Amino acid sequence: MKKTLLTTTCLAVFGLSQAATADTLRLLTWGGYAPDEVVEMFEEQTGHTVEVTKSNNEEMIAKLRATGGGGFDLAQPSQDRIMGPQMEFGIYKPMDLSKIDESLFIPSMLEATKGNTTVNGEVYGVPHVWGTSGLVMNTAEAGDVVKDYTDLCDPALEGKVSYRLKRPTLIGFAFAMGEDPFAAYGDEAKYKEIMEKVEAKLTECKSNVKAYWSGGDELMNLLRSGEVTASMAWDTGGWKLNEDNSDITFVAPASGALGWIDTFVLPAKGQADDVAYEWINFVMQPEVSAKITAAAGNFTASAGADEYAEDALKAKYQDSFPPEAVDNIKWYPPVPAGLEAIEGEVLDRVQAAN
Amino acid sequence: MRAEARIGFILLLTPLLLWLGLLIVIPHIDMLMISLRERISFGVYEPSLTQYDKALTEPLYLRTFWRTAVMSVLATAITLLIAFPVAYYIAKMARGRLQQVLFMLCLIPFYVSELVRTFGWMILLRETGLVSNLLQWTGLADQPVEMLYNDAAMMVGLVYTSMLFMVVPLVTTLESLDDSVVEAGYDLGGSGLSVLREIIIPHAMPGIVSGCIVVFMLSLGNYLTPTMLGGKDSLWFTEMIYNQFIVRSNWELGAAFGFMLLVLSSVIVWGMLRLTGRTLQETMG
Repeated sequence: MKKTLLTTTCLAVFGLSQAATADTLRLLTWGGYAPDEVVEMFEEQTGHTVEVTKSNNEEMIAKLRATGGGGFDLAQPSQDRIMGPQMEFGIYKPMDLSKIDESLFIPSMLEATKGNTTVNGEVYGVPHVWGTSGLVMNTAEAGDVVKDYTDLCDPALEGKVSYRLKRPTLIGFAFAMGEDPFAAYGDEAKYKEIMEKVEAKLTECKSNVKAYWSGGDELMNLLRSGEVTASMAWDTGGWKLNEDNSDITFVAPASGALGWIDTFVLPAKGQADDVAYEWINFVMQPEVSAKITAAAGNFTASAGADEYAEDALKAKYQDSFPPEAVDNIKWYPPVPAGLEAIEGEVLDRVQAAN
Repeated sequence: MRAEARIGFILLLTPLLLWLGLLIVIPHIDMLMISLRERISFGVYEPSLTQYDKALTEPLYLRTFWRTAVMSVLATAITLLIAFPVAYYIAKMARGRLQQVLFMLCLIPFYVSELVRTFGWMILLRETGLVSNLLQWTGLADQPVEMLYNDAAMMVGLVYTSMLFMVVPLVTTLESLDDSVVEAGYDLGGSGLSVLREIIIPHAMPGIVSGCIVVFMLSLGNYLTPTMLGGKDSLWFTEMIYNQFIVRSNWELGAAFGFMLLVLSSVIVWGMLRLTGRTLQETMG
């Protein structure tokens, strides 16, 4: 009741100024996923306009939750963040797959994403960009010590390490400690047990950490200036730094890099679904996808886009991922509700520990 | 005539009422409702006090809560100690142009946004930063010194950020102090210390109290400075609220934290007024 009242008043106040025309696509995405060049091409070809808002997983969900799935016409959360929030808050709407040209996608990735984003028999997401997180480090200084996430706690690296206090760190450390957190997703008690072990390790490791990074640029600065020599981060960050300093690069950890896929989903109250489908079919064309790869640094789920990718990026990818490392990538399964509360408490305790 | 005045009064009052109602009262009621419920399963909520129970029993949350409160009080005290001589100099010692220039100098840092100011401190204090390099160059340190990511750095940031809000009310009240009263104090045999204690501070009390209230509120509710300068050990209460709302999607606990912060700041301000024997009316009016 209160909420309805609030929403109504807000609508009354802001409604006029924000009334979206059907020809505007309000895209909620990550930095680099909608480069200006691609947006201009799309606008020229179709006559629609695209408004891009850059965000991250948590903020995307928080934004859509606050409006009940309104304010945007297309969003791009990771595939593991679709099922839970949809069951909890109902912020997405099912995809009409007949409007998507499925031949543009890499079949295995499309099937996997469909499977992971199916709620009550309806598919909610299709894949767009994928990548991994693992170790970004100065191989000349830390290459001999750090082979896996837990090696970041090696005394030799005291004060030279940085990672995020977010769930990828917990999952990565759990794998490196020989556990399988993904297998425990369905078993809350078991998962809690694993997280407690990780908490003990991270608390012990704290003296090694220079700072917990929160933004990509912050970490880039720390690594570039040499204040940090080993960190846990995304593959693209490592490859970007590699251009300036050939010693720094992305290394897939022994226990396996963590693979994510960012998707396309339709927010529940999106007003321009047709434009959204048009956008999806547009950006999944191999030539366009290659432009996005060049801007974001990550590969897309577009079939055949590899041919258009820059050779330098391909070389870096092959360098970081020998074939056995590719097979060892751990793909995030959908996060069941409730687990994030456990993780949240662990992360809070680690941050406050002395 | 009277009816017209009435309409004018209502018209003038409406923006204020809308402002208060739409942006402060209604959202807070909504927040209170959220904080008083518990998630049972997908989309099912039940009224309960669990969130407050959790917030008050989990040692981590309590520790952060008190830490934030104590650090904010400390920041306020340090700001007062630094700002008082500055304000006294501007109001009483400096004359004419110099006075204006000094006042402007206090104001200029606030021309840039808080983010830029905080980032300035990061550039100065970081391991490869200016201060560290300077120390090495002068031979006072033989290796890079890290001055960022600790409580001291955070305190510096907090004090710097809120300095102006202490200086302005102090200058205003001190300017209204008649010089002859201070002279009379000395004529009657007072020492510098007793004049300060018996005349200047009592006169400046309204400025001190209102400055302290504003600075305390700003420090308590600051998000940027503790997050950027504080580093790995210094969890600030606002950061926890952000985490609960945005990162963990746990609005219930976040709302409960929000209310705890509201109560805390109200209690401390009330305590401050009681301690100095002033009413809110005197201070703000």
